Formats: sequence, structure tokens, C-alpha cells
Amino acid sequence: MPLAVSARRCVLVALAALLLGVWTVPSSAAETAAASGASAAATATPTIPPPQPPTGLLYADVPNDAGGAVSLTWETSPDDSAGRGLVDGYFLERALSPGGPWEVVDSVDAGVRAHTDVTVRRNETYFYRVAAFGPGGTTRAGAAAGPAIGRSSWFNLSRVSVLVFLLAFFLLVLYYMYMAQTGRKPFVRRLAGIDAIEEAIGRATEMGRPVLYVPGIQDIDEIQTVAGLVILESVAKMTARYDTPLRVPVSYPIPFTIAQEMVRSGHVDAGRPDAYDPDSVQFVSPEQFAYVAAITGIMLRERPAAHLFFGSFYGESLMLSETGFATGAIQIAATANVHQLPFFVVACDYTLIGEEMFAASAYLSGEARLVGGLKGADMLKLAIVAVVIVGCVLETLGIHTLTVWMQTQ
Amino acid sequence: MTISGDFGVWIAALLTLCVFSFLYKDNPLYKFAEHLFVGVSAGYYIALNYWTVVDQYLVVPLRATFDGSLPGGPFDARMQDYRAWLIIPAVLGVLLFTRLFTRLSWMSRWSLAVVMGVYAGLKTTGFAQGDLVAQVQASLIPLWIPGNLWASLNAILFTIGLVTSLLFFFYSREHKGVLGGVSRVGVWFLMISFGAGYGYTVMSRVSLLIGRFQFLLVDWLHVR
Repeated sequence: MPLAVSARRCVLVALAALLLGVWTVPSSAAETAAASGASAAATATPTIPPPQPPTGLLYADVPNDAGGAVSLTWETSPDDSAGRGLVDGYFLERALSPGGPWEVVDSVDAGVRAHTDVTVRRNETYFYRVAAFGPGGTTRAGAAAGPAIGRSSWFNLSRVSVLVFLLAFFLLVLYYMYMAQTGRKPFVRRLAGIDAIEEAIGRATEMGRPVLYVPGIQDIDEIQTVAGLVILESVAKMTARYDTPLRVPVSYPIPFTIAQEMVRSGHVDAGRPDAYDPDSVQFVSPEQFAYVAAITGIMLRERPAAHLFFGSFYGESLMLSETGFATGAIQIAATANVHQLPFFVVACDYTLIGEEMFAASAYLSGEARLVGGLKGADMLKLAIVAVVIVGCVLETLGIHTLTVWMQTQ
Repeated sequence: MTISGDFGVWIAALLTLCVFSFLYKDNPLYKFAEHLFVGVSAGYYIALNYWTVVDQYLVVPLRATFDGSLPGGPFDARMQDYRAWLIIPAVLGVLLFTRLFTRLSWMSRWSLAVVMGVYAGLKTTGFAQGDLVAQVQASLIPLWIPGNLWASLNAILFTIGLVTSLLFFFYSREHKGVLGGVSRVGVWFLMISFGAGYGYTVMSRVSLLIGRFQFLLVDWLHVR
């Protein structure tokens, strides 16, 4: 903490200076330290001179940002070498004009020759200077450098790799969607867990019991919740077709509203708008374990024959799936939360792992556009496998070009 | 042994026992605790959200915008200072309540469309940078580290696990032949990681149960 050490030293030296009647009023913190250091040199430690000033201060706008940073580099003081102990650090001073007034914006340790000022305002003109301080006091700062202006960039060039991946992804998706819409629907293999959804709803229909659909415990800003609500529409369509009651407890207000829309839309698609019951979607509570308590209550009292968990789950996954297992219901779960998947795998009849959940809506609807999108995502996976293999081989050979290109800020 | 005289501790302890009674079977005590918990938490959430979201991010900034306490005009918005522009989300929020009126409920879909679209867009770019590219970049590792056999084996195992697990999620072909063999290896990797995760999480759940027993024995019954 050079600034704190220096401040403490300033206070001590100022007291000494006051006693000796040599007090002057400096114009900045650095000059305060300089004045007190000089006084100290004259009184307490006359044998230690103040360090020689740093030189060659250069400034530059930090690229690829919103204009809030300026980088500074300088040559350290000739006295700043290991073992000499003449330099404790450097004060970085900033002003709006070359003549000041100057303010200390930061300080760095001895040996440091670069710093980024992240406290600048966009498009504002600044001037900088650097002063060295040590046991002998503080040098007067060197010549001011400037004008330095932090400018915002339209494009963050360090994220070109992100743009390339996104463009590749969207082009692939659009291409396969177009192919699917022109009649060349791509092949996608069947997933047992998705096929089992209709089977589970059929079983509930035969038993005359409801289907319980849980879209996770997160709000709409979680993409898994969005996926869970999209799948809900297909599930509602099936239950409407079979005239099977559906129960959807929801934990947040916005997903609650969307869930109502999805269930209604499913009934309309099935040609049964009259069968839509707004009370089938129920707002419970955003509190995690209150939500769990309500769902376990539904499981035990209404005895749904099928439990479908599609969304984002955390600690409640085991409680829900264990309770559901105890009721003997057929259970299908899908989540991308890696730490909760083991519990679903253990306690559910079928588990859709990670991305399988996002693919489920395409499978269930069978809509050409969605299936085309799935195919496009598949092609991106192949591209990622290729990039990983090529990148690992290049790294093994000591070539870092690809790794550096993919580095983002 | 002395029992706590704190009324709050008694309430918490008795409600804990009500919930534990579920271990026997569903019963009125558990139902009471469950309904109390759901009702209190929903009410708490509504009050909390009003003061931490609606008031903080909408009411207070709008009031400051129109009472003349901010320099510049009402539309002189700067970063994180949206001023009168906040009327737009306010209107969208009000439209959500049109669901309460059957003939106007269609208007709430405008708000829902904005919410879904904005979050999908934000998540796409955030995911692409934070997860997709960053994870792929971090996976580009040298497969052979001279003089360190274990680190090399670790790198090779990691890369095989990554590629085979990724190919398990390939839907465009049946998992037969070479792809079938590769994806089977991927499933093994996934299941081994799930097994490790299962054990780790069970341990943390047991510690939660221990914490609850400590509350009953120490805070309530003062058994030390």
C-alpha cells in the first residue's frame, strides 16, 4: 500500500515541518509528498536524496472498449533498481489541461512501468504526468503527456471469433430451415425420453389421473425455463387431445403468464379450446422450498400418473423426483444443470441430458423449421469437434495462433 | 437440559417437526406447514419485489426525472439513467395486467413477446461469448507435455471425453457403427461424472440435515 505508507509518512513529516516552521501549502498530493520529502531530507534524513524522475511517459486509448480507459507507459526512474531502495513507487497524476490543477488518480509499486486509468470519461481530454516517491521524498513530476482521449469503439475486435461462431451457427440453422421448408426435412434420430412423453400421457389417460408438468424453478431470464415452456405447449396439445387433466405449478409471475398462454395455445392446436382450464396453471411461490412443498403436496394428494420435469432445477431435484418415485408415477426429467442430472438419472424413468431438452421441442412439434434448426446446431457441433482436434494438435506443436484468436475480452 | 424461551425458536422448531412428520406420511400438520410456507413466501416475494424492483428501478427514477432534480431534459438519458424512457417498460408492465380482463387480455402478449425476445437475444450473445467460445478456447490444450506423463494422459483423456460426449449429442445420424461406439464412450464419461456429482451433492445434503438437527438440539433444546 504505497499510497497509505506515503500518506502516513506525509503526516509525520508535516508535523516535523510545522515544528520547524518550514510549512508550505503544496498544490497536489504529489507536491505535498515532494515538499514534505524535501523537508524530511533537510531535517531527518539528509543523506537520502529524492529519486530521479521517471521519463518517456506515453499514453494510448484502450481499444475495443466503451471509451472509459487510457493506458499509460513510462520508463522507470534511474534510481528504481533492486537493492537501492530509493524508489517506493510512482504517483500517476491527471489534469484537464497541461497547466493543471493536477490530481493523483492512482499509485503503483516500484518497478511497474505501465498502468491503465479506468476512471476517465468518454471523449474527455486529459493530461498525465508521473512522479516517483521514495524514502528521500517525491520528485517533481516529469513533463505532462497529452491530450489523451478515451474513445468508444464500434466493434470489439477481440470478439471476432464470437462473431464468426455465431454467424456460422445462424447460417447453418437458416440453411437447414430453408431445406426443411422446401420439403427436404432432415433426418433426426429418435430419443427414448421424448418418445416416452406421449406414452406417459397415455398412461395417465388410461388411469384417469392428471399429468404434472414442472417447468423448473427459475425465472424467464433462464433459457431452460424458456425451453420448458415451449415444450409445455406440445405437452398441453397431447393432454388436450386425450382429454387428460394437466397441472402446471409455476414459480415466477412471467413464466406463469407464458405458461397459461402455452397451455391455451396447445388446446387450440388440438382443436379443443373449450377444454382449456386457466386454473390448470397455478402460481405457487418463487421461494425454492415452498415451491417444492407445494409440488410434493400435489404429487401426494392428486396422485398424477405422470411427472414431467422440464427446466432448470437445483437442490429440489432430488426431493421432487424421490417423492414422485414413491408415488409410483412415470417420471421424465430434462435439465441442463449438470449437478442435478445425477438425481434425475437415478430417480426418473427417463432423463433428457442437457441439450436433449432443447431438442425436445423440435422433436415433439415435428415442425420443419425447428427440425431444420436442430440440424444446423448439429453441424455446429461437428465444427466444434474439428476446431478442438485441430486446436489441440496445433497446441501440441507449439502453434498458438488459433488459441490466441479465440481469446476474448 | 433447559429449553429455549425464545418464541421465534419455538415456532421454527415446531414447524420443523411438522415438516419432518412427512417422513411418516402426508398429514394435517405437514399440510399446515406447507400452506403456511407457500403463503408467507409468496407474500414476502411480492413485497420484496415491489421495493427492490418496481420502486427502486421505476418509481424513484421516474419521480426524479419529472421533479426537475436531474440536469438535462427528461429524455437526456445516459448509461443506466433511462429517465423518461422508463415509461416504455412501465406501460409494458401495466399491459401484463390486462390478463385480468378477458376482452383485453390479448394486449398482454405484446409484453410477453418483448420479454421473450429480449432475453433470447441477450442470452444468445452472452452464451456465445461466455460459454461457447470461451469453453472451446479453454479446451485447446497440448496433448503432450514433455517430461510430465500424467499431465499428458490427463490432457488426452480430457480431449477424448470432450469429443465423445459432444458426439453423443449428435442427432443427425443413428448411433450405429463408429458413431455408435464413440457416443457409447461419451455416455460412459457422462455417467462417471454424474456418479461423482451425485456423491458430492449427497454429502452436502447430509450436512444440511445435520445443521437442522443442530438447530433443534442446540438452539431449541439447549443440549450441548
